[in-house]
Amino acid sequence: MNVHNEMTLTFESRSANEAFARTAAAAFLMQLDPTVGELSEIKTAVSEAVTNSIVHAYGNNIGIVRMNVRILDNNQVCIRIKDSGCGIPDIRAAMEPLFTTAPEEERAGLGFAVMENFCDSVSVRSRVGKGTTVTLRKTISPRVSDV
Amino acid sequence: MSAKTVLKGNELTVYLTGEIDHHSARNIREMTDSMIQQSQPRLLRLNFSGVSFMDSSGIGLIMGRYRMMKLYGGDLRVINVPSGLRRIMEMSGLGSLNVLESEVDS
Ligand SMILES: Nc1ncnc2c1ncn2[C@@H]1O[C@H](COP(=O)(O)OP(=O)(O)O)[C@@H](O)[C@H]1O
Ligand SMILES: [Mg+2]
Repeated sequence: MNVHNEMTLTFESRSANEAFARTAAAAFLMQLDPTVGELSEIKTAVSEAVTNSIVHAYGNNIGIVRMNVRILDNNQVCIRIKDSGCGIPDIRAAMEPLFTTAPEEERAGLGFAVMENFCDSVSVRSRVGKGTTVTLRKTISPRVSDV
Repeated sequence: MSAKTVLKGNELTVYLTGEIDHHSARNIREMTDSMIQQSQPRLLRLNFSGVSFMDSSGIGLIMGRYRMMKLYGGDLRVINVPSGLRRIMEMSGLGSLNVLESEVDS
């Protein structure tokens, strides 16, 4: 699979960066001329993954979150969000709708459900004490050119 | 993100504008909850007409206010949800709580 374009951002796990990250991903993907709906799905999924790294991975400490966005063949988009935080002990359980380890912070436990609903695929790699990488994939519908 | 509250009799309406995420939800929550505690309304309306983006933090915000209103014996309505936010609202199971107004007020 060829990489047609790629960008990487690293930023601190501060909540103000949630808006920054989703807006930056959306701005980069404008070159694919996505629909308003596709763009909003991508922003929402990125916001969920980045928020998880900010809320869950580092507790009350500040760590680094890395976001890599690649444009592949046939308008396929691959977005990786990586932290070096606490990791997820049971990924299957964590991905169940309504599962949350932070109910007191009014987390709804729907982050992974939203990512899965708004992307073509979501995969999670995590090691306790090492960190978590979430990979979101989505194909942007090609625009019919009026040649 | 900003929120304006209007109290009329025992009905409190919160007009939300901008983007709702984990970062902005905190201010909205604190502001709304202090108004609820002060005025103990029968009905809380969250008006979403000015909301341009929302992730699952918005669902947490709504659920939290729902529980808060139940605690005071009141009700919650979520009104004027823009079409772009309907999918996430409906995904969340909020539908079954019967708080979503199905049609935009005219
Ligand atoms: N990057 C991460 N690092 C550590 N734990 C995570 C991470 N992402 C998700 N989790 C765990 O998975 C759970 C479910 O995540 P999610 O579906 O987004 O719900 P929520 O964020 O509302 O709790 C979280 O409560 C947390 O325990
Ligand atoms: Mg989450």
